Amino acid sequence: MMKNENIIQYIYGIADNALILGQRLSELCGHGPILEVDIAMTNMALDLLGQTRSYYQYAAQLSGEEKTEDDVAFLRLEKQYRNVLLVEQPNKHFGYIITRQFFYDVFHLLLLEELQNSKDETLSAIAKKGIKEVSYHQRFSSDWIKRLGDGTAESHNKIQEAVDDLWQYTDELFHMTEDDAIALENGVGVDTATLKEKYNNRIKEVLEEASLVVPETKWFQKGGKQGIHSEHMGYLLADLQYMQRTYPNMKW
Amino acid sequence: MSEKEIKNLEEIFEQRIARDEKIEPKDWMPEKYRKTHIRQISQHAHSEIIGMLPEGNWITRAPSLRRKVALLAKVQDEAGHGLYLYSACETLGISREELYEQLHTGKAKYSSIFNYPTLTWADMGAIGWLVDGAAIINQVPLCSTSYGPYARAMIRVCKEESFHQRQGYEIMISLANGTPEQKEMAQDALNRWWWPSLMMLGPTDAESVHTAQSMKWKLKRKTNDELRQQFIDQTVPQADLIGLTIPDPDLKWNEETKRYDFGEIDWDEFWQVVKGHGPCNKQRLSARVDAWEEGEWVRDAAMAYAKKQEDKKLKKAI
Amino acid sequence: MKNNWPLWEVFVRSKNGLEHRHFGSVHAADAEMALENARDVYTRRNEGVSIWVVESKNITATNPENSGELFEPAQDKIYRHPTFYSLPDEVKHM
Repeated sequence: MMKNENIIQYIYGIADNALILGQRLSELCGHGPILEVDIAMTNMALDLLGQTRSYYQYAAQLSGEEKTEDDVAFLRLEKQYRNVLLVEQPNKHFGYIITRQFFYDVFHLLLLEELQNSKDETLSAIAKKGIKEVSYHQRFSSDWIKRLGDGTAESHNKIQEAVDDLWQYTDELFHMTEDDAIALENGVGVDTATLKEKYNNRIKEVLEEASLVVPETKWFQKGGKQGIHSEHMGYLLADLQYMQRTYPNMKW
Repeated sequence: MSEKEIKNLEEIFEQRIARDEKIEPKDWMPEKYRKTHIRQISQHAHSEIIGMLPEGNWITRAPSLRRKVALLAKVQDEAGHGLYLYSACETLGISREELYEQLHTGKAKYSSIFNYPTLTWADMGAIGWLVDGAAIINQVPLCSTSYGPYARAMIRVCKEESFHQRQGYEIMISLANGTPEQKEMAQDALNRWWWPSLMMLGPTDAESVHTAQSMKWKLKRKTNDELRQQFIDQTVPQADLIGLTIPDPDLKWNEETKRYDFGEIDWDEFWQVVKGHGPCNKQRLSARVDAWEEGEWVRDAAMAYAKKQEDKKLKKAI
Repeated sequence: MKNNWPLWEVFVRSKNGLEHRHFGSVHAADAEMALENARDVYTRRNEGVSIWVVESKNITATNPENSGELFEPAQDKIYRHPTFYSLPDEVKHM
C-alpha cells in the first residue's frame, strides 16, 4: 500500500517543474521580443501555474494537515523542491528560453500521456487536462526551434549554443527516484525511464529539421530531483517566497 | 484638390461625425483628424505597454498562487490591449515599428502614472483599484468614439478590463482586513497612488489644449475636470468602506453640489513627470528599448525562416 | 525599412453555427505563426472555435469614393423586401 507521503513526494516531482518553469516564464512578461510572443509565453506560464495549483491542492489535501496550495508552493526549503535542474536555468536569451521550453515540453507531453492512465483519479484528470495545453506548448517551442535553427546565421549560432548548454540537463528527466518507483509499483506513477527513447527521437527529429546538431555529451547533470539544485535556484526562490517569508501567516 | 474642395469635404466629414456616423480607415479624412488619432491611439497603446512594467515588477513575488495567476493574466491583458490599439492605429497608415520608434526616442508620450515605482505588494491593489478605475472612466466613453477601429478596440478593451479593477480592489480589501502591517501597507499604497491617479485624468480644463477639438470628434465626451470629479465621487466611498483614508485633508462632502470638494493638485509635479523627471521614466523606457533591441535577432530569424520556407514551396511547385 | 513581420487580419468563429467575424490583426512572420498568434491574442477568453488569417496586403477592398455608384442604387429597390407587398389581414404568416 502506498503512503500519502509517497504520493505527495511523487506529485512534487511533477508539479515543482511546472511551478519553477512557470515562474521563469513569468519573469518575461513585458519583455518579450514582440508583443505577440510576449502574450504567447504568458499563456504558457498561466497553463503551467494552473497545473501547479491543481497538483498542490491535491498534495495539500493528502497531507492531512491544514495545508494550502500556497504552503506547498512557498514554504518549503530549497532542498525540498523536487524540480529538475533544466527548468530552473535562467532566461539568458530567447534561444535559451525556447530550448529550455522545448526540452521540457517534449518530456512533459510524454509524461502526461502516460500519467492519464494512472490509477489515481485526480492525477489522471489533471494529466488529461494538461495534455491539451502541453501539446500546444510543444508545438510552439518546436516551431520556434525550427525558426531559430534555420533562420539567420546569428539565430542558428545562438540556438545551437543554447542546445549545447542545456542538453546536459535532459537526462535527469528520466531518473527514477525512490518515490517514483513506489508510485510506479502502485499503478499511480509513470515509468519515466521508458520514455527516454521516444524523447530522444522526437528531439532529434526537430533539431535535425532545424539544421541543428544534437550534442554528443556523455556527461549529464543531475541533482534537482534529490533537492540539490543549481546556484540559480536560491535567487528564484528568494523572489518566489519573498512575501510569504517576510510576512508569515497572513492572508493575501 | 482645391482649397474650396477640401473645405467642402471637411464640412461633409464633420456633419457625418455629428450625425454619429463612424469613420472607417479608407474614408476620406482631414489630415488633422488622422494625425490627432495617430497621436491619441498610439499614446494609449504605449501606456498599455509601459503599464505592464510596474505591475510586472511583482509577478514573480506575488504572495499566493491565486494572486500570481490573476496578476499575470492582468498584465498579459495589457499587452493584448496595447496590441489591439496598435492594430487600430495601423489602419491610419502608420506601422507598429514606426510607433515604437516614436516611443523609444521619447517623441511619443504615455501615461505618466507608470513612471512611479511599485514598492510593495499593496501597490498591485492600488494600481488595479485606482489607476484602472481612472482608466475605465476615461475609456468607457471611447467605445462610441467616431473612428471605427478605435471604437471597436475600446469595446474589446473595456470588456476585458472589467476584472482588472475588481482584482485590485479585492487585494486592497484583503489587506485592509488583515494584520496591522497589511493595513499599513494598503494605506501607504493609497497615499502614494491617490494624487498621481487624479493627475492621470489630465490637466485642468483651463490648461488642456485639445479638449474642444477632441469633443467634436468624440475622442472625448467629458472634460478632464468632469472625469476627475466622477472618479473622486465614486472612489471615496470605496475607500471608506474598507476603512482606508484618502490622503487629502481638504476632501469634504459638499451637501449643496452633492459632490466631493477636494484639495489642490500639485501640477508642478505632474508636468515634471511628463517632462521625464519622474522616478522611473528612464527605467521604464529603457526596459522597452532593451526588449525590442534584444528581440531583433529573433524577429529577423523568423522572417528569414519564413522566406526560406516560401522559396522551398515555390521550388517544389516548379 | 527593416525586416518587419507583416500584418495579418484575423477572423474568428465564436461557435459553430456562426460565421467568422473580423476580430483585429496580428503581426507574424508566416501564416502558421499568424494562426498561433491569433489564437494566443484573440481567444484567451474562450472566444473562438475556428480562426482564419489572411495577410492584410492580400485583401482587396472597395474604395469609399465609389460608394455612391456601388451601393446607393440598391436603396430604392424596395420591391426586393417583403414589406413591399401587401397581404390581407387574414393571412397571418407568409
